[in-house]
Amino acid sequence: MTTTNSRPDAAVQGTLASGLGHPSRGREFRDQAARIVMWAAFFLAVIPLVWILFTVVSKGFHLLLESQWWTNSQRGITSRRAGGGAVHAIQGTLIQAAATAAIAVPIAVMTAIYLVEYGRGRFAKAVSFMVDILTGIPSIVAALFIYALWVTTFGFQRVGFAVVLALVLLMIPTVVRSTEEMLKLVPNELREASYALGVPKWKTIVKVVLPTAFSGIVTGILLGLARVMGETAPLLILGPYTKSIATDLFGGLMPTLPTMINQDRNELAQAAAAERVWAAALTLILLVLVLNIAGRVVARFGSVKK
Amino acid sequence: MSITGVSVADETPSPGGRPPLTGDRAGTGRFGDRLFGGAATGAGVTVIALVSLIGAFLLWQAIPALARNEANFLTSREWVVAGEHPRFGIVELLWTTVASSLIAMAIAVPVGVCVALFITQYAPRWLSRPAASLVDLLAAVPSIIYGLWGLNTFLPVEKPLEEFIQRWLGWFPLFSMTSISGGTIFFIGIVLSIMVLPIVTALSREVFAQTPVTHKEGALALGATKWEMIRTAVLPFGRPGVISAAMLALGRALGETIAVTFIVSTLARGTDWSWSLFNGGETFASRIANNAAEFDTPQKAGAFIAAGLVLFVLTFIVNAIARIVIERRKAFSE
Repeated sequence: MTTTNSRPDAAVQGTLASGLGHPSRGREFRDQAARIVMWAAFFLAVIPLVWILFTVVSKGFHLLLESQWWTNSQRGITSRRAGGGAVHAIQGTLIQAAATAAIAVPIAVMTAIYLVEYGRGRFAKAVSFMVDILTGIPSIVAALFIYALWVTTFGFQRVGFAVVLALVLLMIPTVVRSTEEMLKLVPNELREASYALGVPKWKTIVKVVLPTAFSGIVTGILLGLARVMGETAPLLILGPYTKSIATDLFGGLMPTLPTMINQDRNELAQAAAAERVWAAALTLILLVLVLNIAGRVVARFGSVKK
Repeated sequence: MSITGVSVADETPSPGGRPPLTGDRAGTGRFGDRLFGGAATGAGVTVIALVSLIGAFLLWQAIPALARNEANFLTSREWVVAGEHPRFGIVELLWTTVASSLIAMAIAVPVGVCVALFITQYAPRWLSRPAASLVDLLAAVPSIIYGLWGLNTFLPVEKPLEEFIQRWLGWFPLFSMTSISGGTIFFIGIVLSIMVLPIVTALSREVFAQTPVTHKEGALALGATKWEMIRTAVLPFGRPGVISAAMLALGRALGETIAVTFIVSTLARGTDWSWSLFNGGETFASRIANNAAEFDTPQKAGAFIAAGLVLFVLTFIVNAIARIVIERRKAFSE
């Protein structure tokens, strides 16, 4: 018996069922029950998402509509007073994210190149295993490690750059995995054609393989950044909050959106503080979503063509 | 590729079904080749070094504090880290961490698997991709937002459920009555389950989608209903994937910091021990985060780093199991 693969399962099932008579009532019932459970599970999973987005948007959107939210800092504003903006925190978050990407992306992409193009045998297995372990490292442990290195061993102060180092640890594994996936999608014929023309291996990788997988790699980087941006644990340990604008990664405190939320979380009874917290939360979600959507758009318009 | 950062990328076959040309056969041995290959290998070495350094550094910083500790680190409930006579132990942290994560697993694994089955087997074609992206979006929400939402919006709604369980099952030690009005272990479990759901779903749906069509059609041809087909063909094929998805999710739940720190009510010092899931408490991560401002002496920092080390070891073991399970599956399916 041959069945065409393109035919959807439902059609196969339909024709067979009608040809062979209906399954018994008990089996039919279980089948229907399973169908209902699956649909219910999906809606159950969507409820929290809708609920969270609705809560944050409805409580936070009106501050975002005020221009001073995007132009002012919180300097000189106590938790009881309304007003001020989040520009200091937005700047801090973006600067730290950019610095993190600048350090993490080269290491991660080179590791992925190693795993796909060079690595064979035991050592490659070990690298791959360690990437998995790094994926699973809790952000607080990464932060403690950087604390142990930066503060207690070298005796430096807690500064923005220490946060960046912790975020690098968290960003590397996601970018390695996504880049690896993309490099594997590059057809081997392209590599072989390049070798056949006498192009050295490293030039083949730089001029042929990487450009082909470029958009996929960018998507991975954007998604990795989106994850790292929302991390709070390293900020708690390594990057105390301040209310004024600070852009120096190597000196002084540096405000970010998560620490801005954390700062006022015990003051939610104050209307002004509560509004600020939710508005900061919405700003953070927007930043993360923009990166996510950008990642998906890049993926759609430039995926590896087979 | 997914936002959750987990995938079975390792299993994606190499292009064209053959391994790419490697090493000496493709390289020319020229300077550029050696330099670039060396840089790539160096990056790999960096990754291995980083993980080893994390373990080594935490251990090195924790040992002096542990040596001065006058209580049993593994079994004491005390936490006095300052002064001449530090006494601290992790048993309470361990209980809260493990109990809340297990509750999260008990909810997230069945629901996540059902959602993955929905996406791969039941959803109409037009819905399955958007549905997958929607669930992935749950992973994109920063965890601090889960904390904020959980404490202020979700908790008041969930509280009646806790009261209901306490009233009817209160005779069972795990559900006994408490007077905690804030977030309980049970409640963090629920919030964690929402946070790890996309991880379970992402990986499970990848393996379910790989079920050989011949297996599915074989089952249907024998007269199986759709559910029987799933039970006999899809689920057995996907089991290792589901197990390692659950392990990765468990690792994430164990280490979740800020949402837990926001939500859970810390217990006053000297509270009596209780097995109740409706008690407050602190996890490893939330204890460290709550006291981040206190790291002023090496001894204090060392005590918290020791707690972090235990968390590192826990997640390391859980993640290693996940990895081994997926490796064994690869060995079987090839």
